[in-house]
Amino acid sequence: MREKILTYIERNSRVDLKDLAILLGTDEVSVANEIAQMEKEGVICGYHTLIDWDKTGSEKVTALIEVKVTPQRGLGFDKIAERIYNYPEVDCVYLISGGFDFMVMIEGKTMRDVAQFVSDKLSPQESVLSTATHFILKKYKDHGSVMVHQSKDERMLITP
Amino acid sequence: MRNPLSDTIVNVKPSGIRKFFDLVSEMDDAISLGVGEPDFDTPWHIRDEGIYSLEKGRTFYTSNAGLKELKEEIVHYLKRRCAVEYDPVKEILVTVGGSEGIDIAMRAMLNPGDEVLIPQPSYVSYEPCAVLAGGTPVIINLKAENEFRLTAQELEEAITDKTKLLVLPFPNNPTGAIMEKTDLEAVARVIIEKDIFVLSDEIYSELSYKGDHVSISSLPGMQERTILINGFSKAYAMTGWRLGYACGPAEIMEQMLKIHQFAIMCAPTTSQYAAVEALRNGDEDVAKMREAYDQRRRYLMHAFKEMGLECFEPYGAFYVFPCIKEFGMTSEEFADRFLKEEKVAVVPGTAFGDCGEGFLRISYAYSLENLKTALEKMKHFITRLRNESCR
Repeated sequence: MREKILTYIERNSRVDLKDLAILLGTDEVSVANEIAQMEKEGVICGYHTLIDWDKTGSEKVTALIEVKVTPQRGLGFDKIAERIYNYPEVDCVYLISGGFDFMVMIEGKTMRDVAQFVSDKLSPQESVLSTATHFILKKYKDHGSVMVHQSKDERMLITP
Repeated sequence: MRNPLSDTIVNVKPSGIRKFFDLVSEMDDAISLGVGEPDFDTPWHIRDEGIYSLEKGRTFYTSNAGLKELKEEIVHYLKRRCAVEYDPVKEILVTVGGSEGIDIAMRAMLNPGDEVLIPQPSYVSYEPCAVLAGGTPVIINLKAENEFRLTAQELEEAITDKTKLLVLPFPNNPTGAIMEKTDLEAVARVIIEKDIFVLSDEIYSELSYKGDHVSISSLPGMQERTILINGFSKAYAMTGWRLGYACGPAEIMEQMLKIHQFAIMCAPTTSQYAAVEALRNGDEDVAKMREAYDQRRRYLMHAFKEMGLECFEPYGAFYVFPCIKEFGMTSEEFADRFLKEEKVAVVPGTAFGDCGEGFLRISYAYSLENLKTALEKMKHFITRLRNESCR
């Protein structure tokens, strides 16, 4: 049940609970309880809206920053990550395998904003060895939704 | 000038869907619940394999019966999903959709005067194919009280000395009915006793919502008298690729291959390469789509119940078949008015046989949003009809 609820609301968190219950062949109360329980357990961490800001005319830039760090005594990766993710302008922080350690996603109004964050806040940190900043030029797909075009039903209206 | 036409084909009635299609196509703002194909796109990895085969220049004929790898994958698939074993060399034929398989199986098996039992409501092509193959179609009218399953008794009553072939169209288009193992065992006993053959159209086999589909050919004594038809259209959302297959006893397949060889040459090569990928790596896609259909099926059933519309719970394909007899209209009148007054297209049950009178085929190969809008309109419509009849 959990997995089915999650699979569904991962793509559409606005589904009516009554509808969701019908779709999954159960009752509304069970679905509501299960969701409340998952919120409590932190399985469900939030409900967000996927926005294509490019279509709004408001200026925003997103950057992916590769960060190399040296974990120091008593200061593991988690502690370093915390120092990074506590900045409100940081959107995501992932610990990464391979050539660098953290992938940090940050959103700013301008490229200068982002550059300033990197030079003033990120790079000066003691544990940070180096950074490489990549600006996102175009979002094609995010969270499973294609943003560049909307699909249309091209089937014939009636077929046997 | 002389009559240029064959009497046989002239006497075949055009598909009942045709008329309705013309009506619908004049309305560009109509919402449709009338399609008989998935709303999903073919999974990308399958499309990609088709594209790759084109890039590689694989644009030639394949051997008549189909690509060797594809036939082998089909054999694996049938063993895995239906517990039947076929010989990839002599018992499998890759066809242009399941439809071709239906046509050539009948042409390979029927002699003039042979009777073909066709349970209805069912897909529109069995009857004309039987006629074109020189056979005599004999209709078995399935009943709503049996949830449109074929019973042993119905079968037995329809069999005569001339009966040669039974078409077994389950999971069923348009009713969504399935035949469970016990149902199949009951009819299999009659089939074996009366020594007839079965053309089992299992194109919707992957869309079963009450346990796994059971193929009649997996029952003892049935494989040697069954032509199994399946394909990629419904399970993998590949309708436009036109690819299916037929499996059966070598003796029959040999003759079917002859017709296929002369009439078709081979199924489309690009589609065959894509289909290999579908069978190798497509199980997860099928499971996902099945789950989505199942959810919508439950949603529709619930909505009908709320509307007080009589409908048995279908466990297959992507159709529901509600009864509209309470409104005192024919299926066609209902569908006609529904289209004109609410701009929603559904297919009258009569398009699938006379015994579809009093029923509608409603497809749930649509997004939930689409279904919701259409159901809302349906609610308005039947409320209005009920009020009318009160007056």
